[in-house]
Amino acid sequence: MSFEYAPAPESRAITNIKPKYGHFIGGKFVAGSKHFPTINPATEEILSQIALAGKSEVDAAVKAARKAFNSTWSKTSGKERGKYLFRIARILQERAREFAVLETLDNGKPIRESRDTDIPLAAAHFFYHAGWADKLEYAGLGSSPKPLGVAGQIIPWNFPLLMLAWKVAPALATGNTVVLKPAESTSLTALLFAEVCQQAELPAGVVNIVTGDGSTGALIVNHPGIDKIAFTGSTEVGKIIARSVAPTKKSVTLELGGKGANIVFEDAAIDETVEGIIDGIFFNQGHVCCAGSRLLLQENVAEEVLHKLKNRMEKIRVGDPLDKNTDVGAINSKEQLAKIVELAKVGDSEGGQRWSPACDLPKKGYWFAPTIFTGVTSAHRIAREEIFGPVLSVLTFRTPQEAIEKANNTPFGLSAGIWGEKGSKTLWAAQQLRAGVIWTNSFNKFDPTSPFGGYKESGWGREGGRHGLAAYLKGVSNE
Amino acid sequence: MNFYGLVDGSEASLKTYLNKLSGVDQVGANARAAMLATRSIKTTSKRWAIDTAISMVDLTTLEGSDTVGKVQALCTKAVRPDPTDSSVPSVGAICVYNDMVGVARKHLDLIGGEHVPVAAVSTAFPSGRASIEVKVLDTQDAINAGASEIDMVIDRGAFLEGRLIDVFNEIVTIRQVCGEKAHLKVIFETGELVTYDNVRKASFLAMAAGADFIKTSTGKVAPAATAPVVLVMLEAVRDFYEMTQKRIGVKPAGGIRNTKDAIKQLVLVKETAGEEWLNSKLFRIGASALLNDLLMQRMKMDNGYYASPTYVSVD
Repeated sequence: MSFEYAPAPESRAITNIKPKYGHFIGGKFVAGSKHFPTINPATEEILSQIALAGKSEVDAAVKAARKAFNSTWSKTSGKERGKYLFRIARILQERAREFAVLETLDNGKPIRESRDTDIPLAAAHFFYHAGWADKLEYAGLGSSPKPLGVAGQIIPWNFPLLMLAWKVAPALATGNTVVLKPAESTSLTALLFAEVCQQAELPAGVVNIVTGDGSTGALIVNHPGIDKIAFTGSTEVGKIIARSVAPTKKSVTLELGGKGANIVFEDAAIDETVEGIIDGIFFNQGHVCCAGSRLLLQENVAEEVLHKLKNRMEKIRVGDPLDKNTDVGAINSKEQLAKIVELAKVGDSEGGQRWSPACDLPKKGYWFAPTIFTGVTSAHRIAREEIFGPVLSVLTFRTPQEAIEKANNTPFGLSAGIWGEKGSKTLWAAQQLRAGVIWTNSFNKFDPTSPFGGYKESGWGREGGRHGLAAYLKGVSNE
Repeated sequence: MNFYGLVDGSEASLKTYLNKLSGVDQVGANARAAMLATRSIKTTSKRWAIDTAISMVDLTTLEGSDTVGKVQALCTKAVRPDPTDSSVPSVGAICVYNDMVGVARKHLDLIGGEHVPVAAVSTAFPSGRASIEVKVLDTQDAINAGASEIDMVIDRGAFLEGRLIDVFNEIVTIRQVCGEKAHLKVIFETGELVTYDNVRKASFLAMAAGADFIKTSTGKVAPAATAPVVLVMLEAVRDFYEMTQKRIGVKPAGGIRNTKDAIKQLVLVKETAGEEWLNSKLFRIGASALLNDLLMQRMKMDNGYYASPTYVSVD
């Protein structure tokens, strides 16, 4: 017998999924009118029915948010606001396992990631912003910074609770109230968060959550009662939002797509670099806007790195997301899987060499094996378009200058990675790269103290850190 | 000797060979080891891991106060770790100081433990501070007394001073003394080498010089066999196999005291060097207290409850 890991599934008994959900408006759960199913992408099991908010629900949510802003929240001191945020953060920690299991069920991501990354980071964002709430005067953003009012927030399906935290925590800390819409396919943790707001006795209407699809999002974006739009999602939708809000007084932050370059210099620590490449593209099934989806290898080490990368990929464990030993889980939706399959086919037809380790994918659910394409050039579509899946395009370069040129040759500019043991070279490269987040000798590391955002078509504004506060305060530049 | 064609025995060739090694990023190595420590090993895999770990234990006693009686008791335990259950495998080896080698060998042969090798710690263990002449005699003496495994320490002073060729030559010399009679394990004392770059360098140096095993520590210095150090050494044996087609063993020693830690070591082996290393020919765990915990966990899996510690023997 060999050392096979026996199944080690996390129990889902801790979750309590209702058969049907409504919206959270004015501190209360209200029934929805129309519903659509939300599924577990690993099994295609229908988990629950989610309400589709139309005009009346969005109107009610905006009205509740406005009322809470005028009557309560704008009059609540920073110190008091901070107390609520600390309380929310602590409840998130106390209920961390429940949130992690629910996130994994609804999203398809491995429990190891929801347990060790998503939920702890979400709590950390609330803790961090709780600290800012009574210190805004000292943030260097003016002597008496004022909130914008009602923020409409639209978040994606890749990190459902974490993206909620990125949006809600700074908005509340700065004194805004919110109307938040989770992604169509991943509403459950946002609805559980609504319970947390009740548990924390947050004043009614400060946080309102309406569920729905793109049509609900459009109602929020175009609502005249909203002062600010914060959106995380595709560049395509981001452009539509930018056009919609351009003739209005709304302020806007956009966190959009990316095609991050992960640059490996010849002097890199190879084994740890390979780990970083894996983290960069296979973390969260590659559903990461800042994924390191373009690997740029210095030619004289390309063969060695690829050899070690392939060996390491053989050890990736793809399967049941609830199993504690799973590294890569399910693709979030049928539509996303179709998009990945299509772009991978484009890679084949463009002459890229596709390679995946042998792995048994489950029969049911949406799955895509970790994949790399070698022989890719900057002219290939798979080197230019965001795949948003576990697919890595590998390019090579000969000189550091060439690496920078290739890395910057993209309409995006969200993230980049640099691997090398020579400090002068990594610092030089970081200065040349046009990307909002640059990691050296690490990848996909997040912290609430660090501003996150993109250059070019990767977005407007920053989230997190002192810079992120600016996006929710009057008269302060977002950039 | 041709040193796998990697070095020609000159200082220049040794430097060239070692300078080609890529560095180790400390943060990254720590992160990888921490991630692998989250693996959840249950039911049938846990049972397999416990038995495999028992067969890999180098059951050790290295105290100034060691007595003949204590060593004999340890030998009895090595052959049949659980006297009430014959399905428990014998341990990998008995590891003692030189003067106890004869005692251990004789007692093992007497009680049907011919298959259990005796390992001797050698070359002025644990400090390594003696002349090469003394180290050679030390080793020869252990082999004459019946040791079939030699756990030598490297000269850490020379390594840190940059006299790598001296470290290399010492290993080569001891390798020659061992000849066909004994397996050679080379102890780095990673707690004194401190950096992972040094651990990687020492690994490749020792492997080229003829080590059969590379071993983390003496057990006398902390930190000893930390997970990232073992990770770096497992990566080294994996890469060395690709270069030479020769599999070198790895022996973490010191600080592995319970079943959970031992299973984490096996996970490191499986996911780094690979399944080929998951046997006592290529992986050993130097420990004393570990064996009792493995036995108690084994009983717990069979009986469904934890037995009192009085159900396992003390030395």
